[in-house]
Amino acid sequence: MKTDQEKNNPVVLSRRSFVQSSAATVAGLVLGFHLPGNPMRRAEAFAAGASAEKDAQGAKEANLNTWLRIAPDGIITIYVARSEMGQGIFTAMPMLVAEELEADWSKIRVEPAPSGVEFNYSGHPIEVTGGSQSIRSTWEILQRIGATARHLLITAAAQQWGVPPESCHAEQGHILHKASGRKAGFGELSTLAAALPASAIPKEPKLKTAAEYKIVGKPHKRLDTPAKVSGQPIFGIDVVVPDMLYAAVRHSPVFGGECSNFEELARSMPAGATLVKSTGAVLVVAGSWFTAKTLAGGLEVKWSKGATTGVSSESIEKKLRTAANGKKNPVAATKGEPDKALGKAKTKLEAEYSTPFLAHTPMEPLNCTAHVKPDGIELWVGTQSHTLTKIVVSSVTKVPQEQIVVHTTYLGGGFGRRAESDVVLQAVEASKAVGKPVKLIWSREEDVQHDFYRPASLVKFKAGLGEDGLPVALTASIASPSIMKRWTQFGGVGKNGIDGTTIEGLADFPYECPNQHVQAAIVDTGVPVGFWRSVGSSHNAFYVESFIDELAHAAKQDPYKFRRALLEKSKPRFVKVLDTVARMSGWETPAPEGRYRGIAIAESFGSIVAEVAEVSVSADGRPAVHKVWVAIDCGRYVNPDTIVAQMEGGVVYGLSAALRGQITLRNGRVEQSNFHDYSMLAPHEMPEVAVEIVESGEAPGGVGEPGTPPIAPAVTNAIFAATGKRLRTLPISNHKLTGGKPS
Amino acid sequence: MAQTLKVNGKEVTVEAEPGTPLLWVLREKLGLLGTKFGCGQGLCGACTVHINGAAVRSCLLPLVAVSGEVTTIEGLSSDNSHPAQRAWIEADAPQCGYCQSGQIMSCAALLKAKAKPTEADISAAMTNLCRCGTYGRIRKAVQIAVKLNSEGEV
Repeated sequence: MKTDQEKNNPVVLSRRSFVQSSAATVAGLVLGFHLPGNPMRRAEAFAAGASAEKDAQGAKEANLNTWLRIAPDGIITIYVARSEMGQGIFTAMPMLVAEELEADWSKIRVEPAPSGVEFNYSGHPIEVTGGSQSIRSTWEILQRIGATARHLLITAAAQQWGVPPESCHAEQGHILHKASGRKAGFGELSTLAAALPASAIPKEPKLKTAAEYKIVGKPHKRLDTPAKVSGQPIFGIDVVVPDMLYAAVRHSPVFGGECSNFEELARSMPAGATLVKSTGAVLVVAGSWFTAKTLAGGLEVKWSKGATTGVSSESIEKKLRTAANGKKNPVAATKGEPDKALGKAKTKLEAEYSTPFLAHTPMEPLNCTAHVKPDGIELWVGTQSHTLTKIVVSSVTKVPQEQIVVHTTYLGGGFGRRAESDVVLQAVEASKAVGKPVKLIWSREEDVQHDFYRPASLVKFKAGLGEDGLPVALTASIASPSIMKRWTQFGGVGKNGIDGTTIEGLADFPYECPNQHVQAAIVDTGVPVGFWRSVGSSHNAFYVESFIDELAHAAKQDPYKFRRALLEKSKPRFVKVLDTVARMSGWETPAPEGRYRGIAIAESFGSIVAEVAEVSVSADGRPAVHKVWVAIDCGRYVNPDTIVAQMEGGVVYGLSAALRGQITLRNGRVEQSNFHDYSMLAPHEMPEVAVEIVESGEAPGGVGEPGTPPIAPAVTNAIFAATGKRLRTLPISNHKLTGGKPS
Repeated sequence: MAQTLKVNGKEVTVEAEPGTPLLWVLREKLGLLGTKFGCGQGLCGACTVHINGAAVRSCLLPLVAVSGEVTTIEGLSSDNSHPAQRAWIEADAPQCGYCQSGQIMSCAALLKAKAKPTEADISAAMTNLCRCGTYGRIRKAVQIAVKLNSEGEV
């Protein structure tokens, strides 16, 4: 059996090192080449429909990349330098390569790319798997990788047969010469192709048009499923390094507290166990994780005061409300004369909405295996950013990046939590202290109580309706802790004092309304916050889509038709998505007895998703979500089955939060601790989910996150239809509902 | 303390604190890493194994309390040939995949107990949590597994 180390460290040579060594070292084609242009900028241009060439001028070349390997037996291994956390990119990204390569899909294998800047798609020093952008930002790059490999194989075949390359073509893993009927498999040609000079690599390989696609756009089963049903040790938590010890963490219950009796506690450790001081935490290193965890749990740690000492959910809510009531907060968007228009409006509405902190709780508890050696640091971790991991570890330890190796494993869920490096730094500290490799695993309790949470936020809405019932003015004032404040690498807080994540899905209000004003205030609470699946849209879709439902009700109009009328002029893609979900759900026909429907639509991460939830409320006030219909326009797409899966998953993730997800604070401490009080949807609560993709042919949009935002408002709008009660705060479990029809 | 166990058909002697949960013995002492740690409180089912064929959550079960033959996902088959594994592949159930060993073990135990489970039997047996939201596909996979299992008997 291969060790994990071997598995996570496949033999990969760049073309350069391959050419320098000999064909005997690794048989077959190991393809690496320069990608001209800055792919990140090019991806943006691509998304905007511009040609890549426009951007090529002046752009620097990316490093030499190793993208795929074709073995003599025809097996094609595609290296993916993005993280697979369930979202399906280890299938979709190879599909794009295989398409252009004209490969036989059954011969395709996928492996995580080893760490190193040469594996960046973006050319940017930080490569992150997040923001639902893997496919969007690599589509053309992956096409070019496949097309380049195909070109080299054709060149090799043509040379071997003494025919012009133009007379050969690739098909299903073979190169064919029609005139003579000659045919050779990719595997037979791979060694010859590898020996071609670098000049054989085409600058602009010919790419297929969408009409020529055979793989892209057709449902494909995931390449990682066999490994995931066999119990193979593919996750970070499964890593085994010889001579490894185990560590458990115990954090200060109050954020930012420090251990003040460390020396005393360190002396109390039994033989074979070591206590390590970390920022806001202590780590216990021992021979087994259970021992380490038991020892950590038994410590009588004295903690100093921290950032949230004395803070409670109530005090945070007050702070948010005070900030949202501010008259001169930074302005995110404005048009017309909203105050004047509000004054004149026939009907006026005001509402306050708020949502709580939320934890990510990926199923695989956070972990990292670190080995701090005299000549560098080796890390094994399921991270959403191997490059960021390296940068952060280097900046803290002062070990040069060249001496840090990051082995990215499969992630047992990420949802934004694994973009953080806290667990990595702790593992490094533990390994450094004991001089051995250490696998640090967080308990679920530590995970729930020490996350970088989805920020709690609060918004104040005002709206005015005209004689015709249509909105004439809308203002929104939101207050939230800032995620970007900590993420200066990605631009931080804007110059206008606004955190862009706070207003996504709010400032870009899609509905027709002549007078608008959106302002946003940053409120520090001491609670760490971070990216949570769909980020700002996770709360803003609830706010906007609930309030628009209130406007529809005030205007005495059908919620679907009201939305449609306000989108008809300028948002044709929204209208199509809305119409699709209305048709799917039979919106215009009565719901079954005792069932009620709610609708919501939101654009996020380049995709537009509308959802209808069919809900009942029992006589004793318990809501149940029976069916969810999802329509998505994500532009051009790769694997429709992945899109369906991500919509199902996005709905469940948002539904868990909507129904009962909340992280609350008392005395500066998180009150929840495990799945009994921070609980996700259980199997028996799973609604039937139907998904339809709306074909638009537009630039590709994301799919990992956009399924999440509309579900909360779709459900609460359905609860309004069922009970007449408008839920303006989440989770739903905080509200007392009564069954039956609205009076 | 040394204790002898029968795991996946083999007798093994392990040295561990008697209070150590079976989960950690399997993972750290026996290198059977397919069984997962999820919550440590028996709430999620990621750690599901079989003891004498019945589904048990191994994260709370102390080593000393283990009596009977233990089967882990690695013991189900060496080549994904178990009906549950084949069904999971057919339904393409996993996303991140972390909970799926436990889900498959729950399904395998159900198939052992009832060759023709009712929908209610399936609901009662399949209670493991999945953060990715693959419940719909897991349900489909269980139905496929029931079919494959009965075909296998013929």
